[in-house]
Amino acid sequence: MPSLLAPTRESLSFSGQTGEEQREERDRTMAPPQSAKASRNPELIRGIGKYSRSRMYHKRGLWAIKAKNGGAFPRHAPATKPAPPAAKAPKFYPADDVKKPLLNKRNPRPTKLRSSISPGTVLIVLAGRFKGKRVVFLKQLPSGLLLITGPFKINGVPLRRVNQSYVIATSTKVDISAVNVEKFDDKYFGKKVEKKNKKGEGEFFEAEKEEKNVLPQEKKDDQKSVDAPLIKSIEGVPDLKSYLAARFSLKAGMKPHELVF
Amino acid sequence: MGDANIKASQWRQVEVGRVVLFSTGLYANRLAVIAEIIDHKRVLVDGPASKPEKVVPRHSAALSDLSLTPIVIDKLPRAAGNAAIKAAWEKAQVDKAWDESAWAKNRERSVKRRQLTDFERFKVMRLRKQARFEVRKTMAAARASAKA
Repeated sequence: MPSLLAPTRESLSFSGQTGEEQREERDRTMAPPQSAKASRNPELIRGIGKYSRSRMYHKRGLWAIKAKNGGAFPRHAPATKPAPPAAKAPKFYPADDVKKPLLNKRNPRPTKLRSSISPGTVLIVLAGRFKGKRVVFLKQLPSGLLLITGPFKINGVPLRRVNQSYVIATSTKVDISAVNVEKFDDKYFGKKVEKKNKKGEGEFFEAEKEEKNVLPQEKKDDQKSVDAPLIKSIEGVPDLKSYLAARFSLKAGMKPHELVF
Repeated sequence: MGDANIKASQWRQVEVGRVVLFSTGLYANRLAVIAEIIDHKRVLVDGPASKPEKVVPRHSAALSDLSLTPIVIDKLPRAAGNAAIKAAWEKAQVDKAWDESAWAKNRERSVKRRQLTDFERFKVMRLRKQARFEVRKTMAAARASAKA
């Protein structure tokens, strides 16, 4: 119910329907659309058609539609809108206008993957515990991070996530077709949420802490299942295994901006 | 006074028939021959080549864009036309002489090294280590036998 005291945005809308409701009504009441026909009025130049308004009136046959309908253009009676529920007057009207936050239509998507990175590419990790390690890229996770593996047996890098920005892509590719990485996603790598336990005594606390440091057997098995076919294809290429085992470092005279990776 | 072998100093001369290498510009890394000297700074240059992408059209080039090579086409007439130069070029086998020169081979080697990928660099490092090991092994054996 519109109030004279403080008109809000809802009270100023002209119809009782949202845009979506209006579209649905149109779809329901109108005749099924024929296949979209090209315009009968060819464009001479942008904004100017070949035929005038009166010509188009005749071309579209509006005179025939009118004749069929007894002289006037057929109009549908507006659909009976359901009576709006009796809105209760709000208890409180703010003295000043309440600002509405701007619409956020952001559509989150994973970071654009560099064209030089594709599944099976050998990457050089540049930061963190494994800096300098040459590593195999498996796939991009929904968060945008890259899923990589050493393989673990070759250079000690486990299944891990790494940011694209901290990586150099080399032109060396490993055959990755035999590896199945469907099951890995960001949740697999996230921190485990622990049930909140009551603050126990000393004993309790110690027992909990010990459990944390052990890597679950399931993760070890996952590592093995991913690495086994990978190591097989790596051993097929001469020197590739020792290449992945070695770390990358800049030596004297190497200019990174001139190096071809 | 003792006998002194005095050799007059000699260096590559800008002359008709000198084969030059373009170091910069549109015709970089291409060979041509000096057809005529225009003035102190410019020469008329012409470079027939079997491959169309290595041809240098007849034009006046600044000497600052060129490097003189040790190859000279003897007895090339001054201001010879394109056909005459082409015939003389092929008779002197300039392309072959250039490809066999140390200069050309060094250039090719640097280009190759610059284009090595990380994996290739690793393999090269391995091979050099192996070669180094073999050399040192033989040296050590030679030294040991010399001492003994």
